[in-house]
Amino acid sequence: MSELLKCQQLTKDYGGVLALNYIDLTVESGKIIGLLGPNGSGKTTLIKIINGLLTPTSGTVLVNGMAPGVETKKIVAYLPDNSYLNSWMTVGQIVDMFTDFYEDFRPELALDMLKRLGISPEAKLKTLSKGNKEKVCLILVMSRNALLYVLDEPIAGVDPATRDYVISTIINNYNPEASVIISTHLISDIEQVLDEVIFINQGNIVMKKSVDEIREEHGKSVDELFREVFRW
Amino acid sequence: MLVWELDKTRPICPQICEQLSVLIAAEEFKPDEKLLSVREVAVKAGVNPNTVQKAFEQLEGQGLIYSVRGSGWFVGADTESAKNTVEELKYSKTKDYINEMKKLSLSAEQVKEYIKEWSE
Repeated sequence: MSELLKCQQLTKDYGGVLALNYIDLTVESGKIIGLLGPNGSGKTTLIKIINGLLTPTSGTVLVNGMAPGVETKKIVAYLPDNSYLNSWMTVGQIVDMFTDFYEDFRPELALDMLKRLGISPEAKLKTLSKGNKEKVCLILVMSRNALLYVLDEPIAGVDPATRDYVISTIINNYNPEASVIISTHLISDIEQVLDEVIFINQGNIVMKKSVDEIREEHGKSVDELFREVFRW
Repeated sequence: MLVWELDKTRPICPQICEQLSVLIAAEEFKPDEKLLSVREVAVKAGVNPNTVQKAFEQLEGQGLIYSVRGSGWFVGADTESAKNTVEELKYSKTKDYINEMKKLSLSAEQVKEYIKEWSE
């Protein structure tokens, strides 16, 4: 088991507002991890720093031993919280673009998953429903053979059937060498697939624990514990 | 047959063990028959593959199943431990039911009446 992600004393200060408050965090390979916290707790800030889209105010982040940059982008597959794809492109064109862009992209896997959903490569992105657009984005990310998958709110705003699809896609693509970090506030839908949860609140990590440990110790689902920890 | 109904307030791993034991005790999978793969169970039950792996290893520890390198998991010759698990489940589920009925102020006699009515 290797350390895929290591944050030490990581801080992000948005001009007086501490989005991340001296965070220490380690993520090992072979895990599916839930990054859970209420709105504005620092989830997306942390994810953007991991992906090199924001620079920390202080502290360090190492992704497989490297600072975020070109080399780490080759091994991190990132699903942002909103789509950046050009809506006038066809699904097939986007698959081609990903094939050019990422060495680890497996177009045959992506096309196979799209086919099973009945999404034609000729379809333009803008003609797809919201649910199907989200599925396309997830398929693109999960079709990379990455070491770290970072999914920012992959199940927000989609119907329960689509949620099930997202979850089974994550399980089907599970690889013991890699880890998946899923940020969400919809815990009850996803808690069964998680190994561990990280509770984050106001820029602090308040808990990092295995989910079966939580159930064992508290006799509660992760969702129930979350509601208790974050009661206001 | 298999519903994979999981209680989120209890650890998932022992629940997977229980459900597989029920399947084996009911001879849905017979000795030396190939079991579902870790991934198949994970997808069907919608749970983490590491949890399923751990459950399989625990059942292996009980001697209920065995793995063959490269070909997956198989049911062992001795299914006694699965039968024991099922017996314990019968006992605890009945106890749970009786406790629920007590909350509804039903006496044991009344519970028997209801059961009789339903089984006719």
